[in-house]
Amino acid sequence: MATTPAAPPAAPPDDGVLRTNDGVPLKTTLARVNRRQKLVAVALVLPLLGFILVTFLAPIGMMLFRAVDNPVLQEQIPRTVALLDAEWDGASVPDEAVFATLAEEMIQQYEVREIAKVGTRLNYEQGGLRSLITKTARTIARRGEPPWRETFIAIDERWADPQTWGIIQQAAPRYTLSFFLAALDLRYDWQGDIVEQPEREQIYVFMFGRTLWISGLVTGLCLLLGFPVAYLLATLPMRQSNILMILVLLPFWTSLLVRTTSWIVLLQTEGVINDVLVWVGLVSDEGRIQMIYNQLGTIIAMTHILLPFMVLPIYSVMRTISPSHMRAARSLGATPARAFREVYVPQTMPGVGAGSILVFILSVGYYITPALVGGRTGQLISNFIAYHMQKSLNWGLAAALGTLLLVGVLLLYWLYNRLIGVEKMKFG
Amino acid sequence: MPFSTPHLRVSRLRATRLRVTLAAACALAVAGTAGSALAAEALNVVSWGGAYTKSQVEAYHKPWMEQTGNQINSIDYDGNVAPVKAQVESGNVTWDVVDVELSDAVRLCDEGLLELMPLDELPPAPDGTPAEDDFIQGTLHDCAVATIVWTNIYAYDETQFPDNPPTTIADFFDVESFPGKRGMRKIAKANLEFALMADGVPPADVYDVLSTPEGVDRAFAVLDKIKDHVVWWEAGAQPPQMLADGEVAMTTAYNGRIFNAIAVEDKPFEIVWDGQVWDLDLWVIPKDAPNKDLAWEFVKFSTATEQIARQAEWISYGPARQSSVPLIGSHAEAGIPMGPHMPTAPENFKNALQNDFLWWADHADEMNERFNAWLVQ
Repeated sequence: MATTPAAPPAAPPDDGVLRTNDGVPLKTTLARVNRRQKLVAVALVLPLLGFILVTFLAPIGMMLFRAVDNPVLQEQIPRTVALLDAEWDGASVPDEAVFATLAEEMIQQYEVREIAKVGTRLNYEQGGLRSLITKTARTIARRGEPPWRETFIAIDERWADPQTWGIIQQAAPRYTLSFFLAALDLRYDWQGDIVEQPEREQIYVFMFGRTLWISGLVTGLCLLLGFPVAYLLATLPMRQSNILMILVLLPFWTSLLVRTTSWIVLLQTEGVINDVLVWVGLVSDEGRIQMIYNQLGTIIAMTHILLPFMVLPIYSVMRTISPSHMRAARSLGATPARAFREVYVPQTMPGVGAGSILVFILSVGYYITPALVGGRTGQLISNFIAYHMQKSLNWGLAAALGTLLLVGVLLLYWLYNRLIGVEKMKFG
Repeated sequence: MPFSTPHLRVSRLRATRLRVTLAAACALAVAGTAGSALAAEALNVVSWGGAYTKSQVEAYHKPWMEQTGNQINSIDYDGNVAPVKAQVESGNVTWDVVDVELSDAVRLCDEGLLELMPLDELPPAPDGTPAEDDFIQGTLHDCAVATIVWTNIYAYDETQFPDNPPTTIADFFDVESFPGKRGMRKIAKANLEFALMADGVPPADVYDVLSTPEGVDRAFAVLDKIKDHVVWWEAGAQPPQMLADGEVAMTTAYNGRIFNAIAVEDKPFEIVWDGQVWDLDLWVIPKDAPNKDLAWEFVKFSTATEQIARQAEWISYGPARQSSVPLIGSHAEAGIPMGPHMPTAPENFKNALQNDFLWWADHADEMNERFNAWLVQ
């Protein structure tokens, strides 16, 4: 173009391409505008993405990681575990070299006050190893000398037991499945085989079972109670249904703690319901019914609290069902029951599915209500996760239990999707 | 452009004013933070709440605040030390001083989660006895200084047992002779010891027996007898409440809480001292606490002979210093002489067991696991 100055610079080549005023092809301009709009859209959702990343995905990732993370022995006594792996035959007492390395590393860690971490980690595998480690470290740091093997065994006989060394070896790898095993009532024995926990300490499989059972029951009860309410809401004249709606929503807006403690007031042995029953004469003063601080209390309180999550999705689906369908069925000769069963109910299924999965997933992770009203028999798995987070400080086990719970919920969701189809679900 | 000049001038004026305001605000803010950094030496002191925290506020916090002009925020917790671990590991420590049980003090200290305490700086007794000789043996640790001796006892409601009151630890586990619900702390510690002593094991042998699998089975077998009659509690303020509400007929408890209900609230409760399991409460300072130097000043102040004696006049916990004992008078509000209500009073101390923190440091995990499994089934 530069060689032909006579040609007007703005004249577009007549090649059939649509152009804007300044000669840029329309397609390019359009793409540019679109890109800008996309960027704006992305910029708008960016805060949300960041928020989800920081408050949701990152914690879950960290939890998954903590469930297999096992840094203690690798950080505190790395050379000992390397030596054990390389040279120990797994059946006899290790030789002096292993003892000497362990002594050196123990003294080093004792001086920076970190050796008890090793003890705490090994104590998860077998009770009593904590004091063995701290006692030995304390003794040899003050007045220990070679031959280390004899010194160690003189401090405690357990150093002559291959089992102790086997446990150290089992607890050593940088990443471990032992927290997951513990969460399934299993463990590694000192030779590295997976065995069951002693029967009296088995608890988590039972608790997972109970959690699923109570969640299923609560979902069923919510459906049983919620379906008629939703039906009334959807079919009553506006005036009555509005009042009913307020009755459903008011508890929904009330604090969870307030609702739970209200149930305590109602249900406890010296509570309102028992008082009324005694007053009426249905039960004697000594025979007051225990309705709270047990499984029954958990089920009652959870059903009440989760009921709106069932009612609202079903209601919103029922609102869309035209009354003419039922009239058509009736006019074709169906009895009211049959019309309801075969025409109305199938149309409510998307709402029923949505409500059920909502209630079920919420109750699987329920924590505060069982903690307050569950007593001994109404605790759920989340209460044990909280226990290991807060009391026993075994965060690895808490993470493993949490991960299993998450996997379980995802599995159920997948199953639901396969059987019913998530796209059929309607929240409103 | 004739109009733009005044407009410009105005806006410049405005800008100047804005700058001045901004500068003033900044100066104020800076002065504010500087001022608060000087004046707000506020310590976060964490303790068990209720009557116990009140005794500390009266005996330690108030005099210290008066004397030094610093502030103390008193925070309640239920004895669960997980936040100490979480705070230290995340590098965001907000607690300056925490009141913990001995086994927790030892465990946290061993794991490097606490500040070491220069124990030789502790104030001597009034007669000049150095602190390390004045404190009862076993109450000073590398990272912890004890203030009080407290004990796990059980108490009953007198009105429930007018003719034949329970007197021994075995009576607690005997629901046939002494009917009614029981309250127990939802934890293995102390309950296993109670169970074995009720089964006839002398206090001196309790931990030897518990160290064998058969001994543990035996303890759980005793607990089995009352399992269906137990209401479990977690916070120290619950047991006196449960007794008062009639929810239970007798309950294990921290002795000071029951004393407080009897002395201050006039409740018809009675303490059974037989088979008591005593323990210590100690001050610890989490590693890298924000005001750790000030925290140590507070610990030194509150563990002086005088302060520990004052605390014992607000709640019936025994002093950790021998020199405090003669200084203890009557209850500050109820006027009852405190001596006979101390866990360490000879009359009460006949069949007493010291909680073995080393045993629990070793076995807490498996015992709690087993206790939890037992509880849910």
